[in-house]
Amino acid sequence: MISTESLSKKYGDKFVLREVSASLPENKITAFIGCNGAGKSTMLNIISRLIPASEGCAFVDGKKVSEWDSRKLAQNLAILGQNSHNSARISVEDLVAFGRFPHSGGSLAERDFEMVERALKMTGIEDLRGRFIDELSGGQRQMAHIAMSIAQDTKYILLDEPLNNLDMSRSVKIMKLLRKLAREESKTILIVIHDINFVSFYADYIVALKDGRVKYEGSSEAVMKSEILSDIYGMRIEIEEYKGKKICVYYQ
Amino acid sequence: MRRKSFAKTFALLGFIALGLAALYLFGGLGARENWGYNISRRADILVAISIVAGSVGVSSIIFQTITSNRILTPGIMGLDNLYLFTQTIIIYFFSSGGSEMISGGLDFFLTLILMLALSLGIYLYIFKANSGDVFFVVLTGLVFGIAFGGLSSFMQVIIDPSEFSILEGRMFASFNKINLPMMGVSGLIVLLAFLWLSSDFDKFDALTLGRNMAISLGVEYDKVVLKSLAAVSLFTCASTVLVGPVTFLGIIIASITRFIFPTYRHSVLLSGSILVGIIALVFGMLATERVLQFSVPLSVIINFVGGIYFIYLVLKVKRV
Repeated sequence: MISTESLSKKYGDKFVLREVSASLPENKITAFIGCNGAGKSTMLNIISRLIPASEGCAFVDGKKVSEWDSRKLAQNLAILGQNSHNSARISVEDLVAFGRFPHSGGSLAERDFEMVERALKMTGIEDLRGRFIDELSGGQRQMAHIAMSIAQDTKYILLDEPLNNLDMSRSVKIMKLLRKLAREESKTILIVIHDINFVSFYADYIVALKDGRVKYEGSSEAVMKSEILSDIYGMRIEIEEYKGKKICVYYQ
Repeated sequence: MRRKSFAKTFALLGFIALGLAALYLFGGLGARENWGYNISRRADILVAISIVAGSVGVSSIIFQTITSNRILTPGIMGLDNLYLFTQTIIIYFFSSGGSEMISGGLDFFLTLILMLALSLGIYLYIFKANSGDVFFVVLTGLVFGIAFGGLSSFMQVIIDPSEFSILEGRMFASFNKINLPMMGVSGLIVLLAFLWLSSDFDKFDALTLGRNMAISLGVEYDKVVLKSLAAVSLFTCASTVLVGPVTFLGIIIASITRFIFPTYRHSVLLSGSILVGIIALVFGMLATERVLQFSVPLSVIINFVGGIYFIYLVLKVKRV
């Protein structure tokens, strides 16, 4: 289980995350929502030890993140950050194979190749395998990075705005894939996402942040309410029912 | 999934390197009675420039990888000037009791230790203070390089003349005047530093993806980076003591290596850089000694070619 205990992060004396205590459900898709600068990415980055906390701590399976052996943690938790683009000249296949790094070190075994194939297949980018990532479109590159996180085959998968750069059909494909991973392979998925309707359709649990604090937290059903969302985003958001699902309407 | 082994490329480069080395060793030997002397002297020089090639090549590639760029090398960051500065300080402060101490290898080790401390401090400061801004880092490096160069000249002016003559012998090594007595120590340092790093080659591969992804893949980023920077300082000491500072040698070797071996795998890149370095330097030695008859020093040619290439790189990257 992933949890945090009065987790704070400040730059100078400005808090971007303030005493956040949360414990997140397992085997579910948990969506982090909130305005820009609400602290969503910061929280994900601290949980995945990309940045240190100022105060408090994050726990993965009951153990402080800072006390985990980095490689062991990488076998259990994968993070795909924002702007994970790089200029390295690496083929898609090799990039996805890097997902096996925590398990195999540098030398890949038979099982690693299978996992790479599987990840390529699940994300539907088998035809891109030989292409170099610096030649791909933003969306294709994003798919390759998601495939890499899937190849890492971890219990926890953290994704910071994975739908950036993706068209609708790819976005839906990714969300369905994540749902499948959560349901069928008992993965716990933490995802920062801006499109609130994707949250409504695919997330099981929602953590809503505002000004560095967790303002609301609960099942999708409980948090997807007009007054809650309006408060979080500071604008009027209506909720309509469509075939039993909630659709947020905020285009005015 | 195929992983190219580059065996053919390695064989070809090895062949060229051996050919050039043989040409250097046996070409134009002159009168028969001088053969023994000439060959042993040239063999020493070959070993020395191989050490330089290895340390400059390996340190440049590693430095580029951990700073995620293709422009910076330890030489461009002014690390060899820092070495000269450290050496000047050591001789300035420790040699007043007589020149016995500085005549041995002891001052080299003192320099090594001081250099490690200084360079790590500067790196940490630069990279902590300006995460990722390559231009700022280049600029800071150049400024530091010039500052240390100036400080060294200043101290050399006020130093005791007899100490200065020792310093001069120690510091103004060049390709024409290789500091052969230090060859053994320097070679040993390069070898040890290389072995020390060899367990991290796989981690360098992951570091190609940048800091965040490397951490995500379980690389202990801070530890690996600190270790590599320490090794880079050692490599720089080892090469500067032999042939003096050659600012743009690293960028030439690193760029050619990355061109010949288009891969992110450091076991390939690093071994490749050693071969490329040896070929470049032996070729350069042949050209300056045999063709140009010592009329132009090799370091001048290297800095001329490398400098132009560096300007090209900076302009190219700026447009992206």
